[in-house]
Amino acid sequence: MNADLLTPLWHPDAVLPQLDAAGWERLLRQARLGALVPRVAMRFDAQGGLERVPTGPRQHLENGIRLAERQVQAVRWEVERIRRAAAPTGTPVVLLKGAAYLLAGLPAARGRLFADIDILVPHDRLEIVELALLGAGWVSRERDRYNQRYYRVWMHELPPLEHVKRSTVIDVHHTITPPTSSFNVDGRLLLAQSRPLAGHEGLAVLQPVDMLLHSMVHLFQEGDFDHGLRDLIDMHALLVHFEAQDTGFWPQLTARARQLGLGVPLVQALDQLQALFGVQIPATVAGEIGALHPRPVQRSLMRRAVGRALTPPTPECRRPGDGLLRWLLYVRSHWLRMPLHLLVPHLVRKAWMRHFPGKTGDEAGA
Amino acid sequence: MRLADLGASDLRRRLRGDGIRLRTGPFVFNLRSPIEVIAEGLLRLYAHHPVVDASTFADYAVEIVPGEGPRRWIKPQCRFLFDGRLVFEPMPVSHAYPLLEWSMNWCVSTQAHHYLVVHAAVLERNGLAVILPAPPGSGKSTLCAGLAYRGWRLLSDELTVIDPATLQVHALCRPVSLKNESIEIMRAYAQEASFNRPSEETAKGRVTHMSVRPDQVMRMDEPARPRWVVFPRYVAGSPPRLSAHSPSEAMLELARNAFNYAALGPVGFETLAAVVDACHCHDFEYSRLDDAVDTFERLAAAEPA
Repeated sequence: MNADLLTPLWHPDAVLPQLDAAGWERLLRQARLGALVPRVAMRFDAQGGLERVPTGPRQHLENGIRLAERQVQAVRWEVERIRRAAAPTGTPVVLLKGAAYLLAGLPAARGRLFADIDILVPHDRLEIVELALLGAGWVSRERDRYNQRYYRVWMHELPPLEHVKRSTVIDVHHTITPPTSSFNVDGRLLLAQSRPLAGHEGLAVLQPVDMLLHSMVHLFQEGDFDHGLRDLIDMHALLVHFEAQDTGFWPQLTARARQLGLGVPLVQALDQLQALFGVQIPATVAGEIGALHPRPVQRSLMRRAVGRALTPPTPECRRPGDGLLRWLLYVRSHWLRMPLHLLVPHLVRKAWMRHFPGKTGDEAGA
Repeated sequence: MRLADLGASDLRRRLRGDGIRLRTGPFVFNLRSPIEVIAEGLLRLYAHHPVVDASTFADYAVEIVPGEGPRRWIKPQCRFLFDGRLVFEPMPVSHAYPLLEWSMNWCVSTQAHHYLVVHAAVLERNGLAVILPAPPGSGKSTLCAGLAYRGWRLLSDELTVIDPATLQVHALCRPVSLKNESIEIMRAYAQEASFNRPSEETAKGRVTHMSVRPDQVMRMDEPARPRWVVFPRYVAGSPPRLSAHSPSEAMLELARNAFNYAALGPVGFETLAAVVDACHCHDFEYSRLDDAVDTFERLAAAEPA
């Protein structure tokens, strides 16, 4: 039996494995850790039907589908609450990531699990939107003053807001990358091209190329790849859908990546999409896309490092050097966010907070 | 094979290795732990339970491991890991056994969405189930433990597991959790039962567990049809008093006590409505266990055979 049963499942040519009890236990565990149980269920369902899965594991897969279906309803409801709360401010709210895929009716929403709802508003409207959300019951759960300041000064989003009764979490962004980041994207460019959501006055989503680029740059900024595979499955679903809708999608994607300065994450994400799903870059844009990442040694190192980091964090998948590798990617993700003179004091501070959580207030969360 | 057939040393070896696969009603748990009180507790409380081999799929893998770093040795702790991740805050190692039971409850209540899982005790008589939802302190555990040794078959003392397709309640057949004064009461009341060594000063006070009767363990695969919903309340000095409880109120109470009512959506609503439709709903005040046993005896006798 392979150690990693999860990542090989997604290639279009993959033959789904015949698993014994231990195999199912292993796959379900890997899927739970990657927030992918519903999608694994749908994959098996599409290839031969869930009824061919033995009863024990099948119940867990079906429970995954149930949970995803309930979340669809819950997220739609929460989004409507957010829309109503923000409406009096006159600020259009742009949905990001999962909530956007769902409300825009994109296939990328299928079987996706949600941890929070991400929204984007203009920088100069942050305060008024935060106030409006506060009025509707969403309060900042970040109690630590250092973390509060860190978010507000250095980040592209407010500290997470949590609803006092329902515990739902909103991340309010003003752009998709930290202002200090080497990929510093101007939020105004994204907002200018956002698309209103039909039937939901006051709500919008990013234009297709920006939606995909956001998911790509996000993957390399989070620093932990626990949900990396889920994000890549999102990207693949977006890419397949958009390229079928619009023959001009690839050239637009290339041009937009160059305009926003997101060439490197585009190339790095495409490398992973190629490995996992066999995505082919059309010959007409291949040269141009390749040129967006001019450093071949770095590119190949990152391809292998991220490939390793995407394997499930379970003992059977562990190889020597993985710990170091994950740590290097974590440091790199921060390095992308901040110049060194800001980064070093920040990481030292976070390390201190991790070891002495009580002394500084809330746990290390940023 | 029964757990007792393994023998103590084989049990310990397996708990330290790949784990033992213990079946409790519809669920198979794979339990792993190097901590001695876990092995000891399992031997006292699960001796008659079936143990299955590695070819049987385990629903939930529960690992109770020692504390990290210095907390392995200084004021030693224990931790519940699920998928390798910490679920609750670490506890003193002397609480390892109740932690195991709480962890098993956590698995069912947060993940078994093919059932509606209600926080309530449930017992069976002649194929009919009585559901006892109750807040802590209502005397639910003592009442449930008492009835289980006076003519009623225990299905579960904490988790009422209802199949939405059949509306039947499944037996979990797990040991009854007892705390503080109820421990001594039950020692006197159910002398043939096996009791685990109490854990002192847990979040719930002094706690221990009492075994399920072996003949009831043998019947763990027999489900039961809900017939009564009874809300018990211990009132010092009170004579036994059974009164009607409004069905719609009862349904709301059950929904409030269900762990996955929201996760099941319309299925949860329909299941509870059908359960309450099929049940007599009562409030029940009492102060003496023997009075309670008599009252429940009359409830059962009133049903046509």
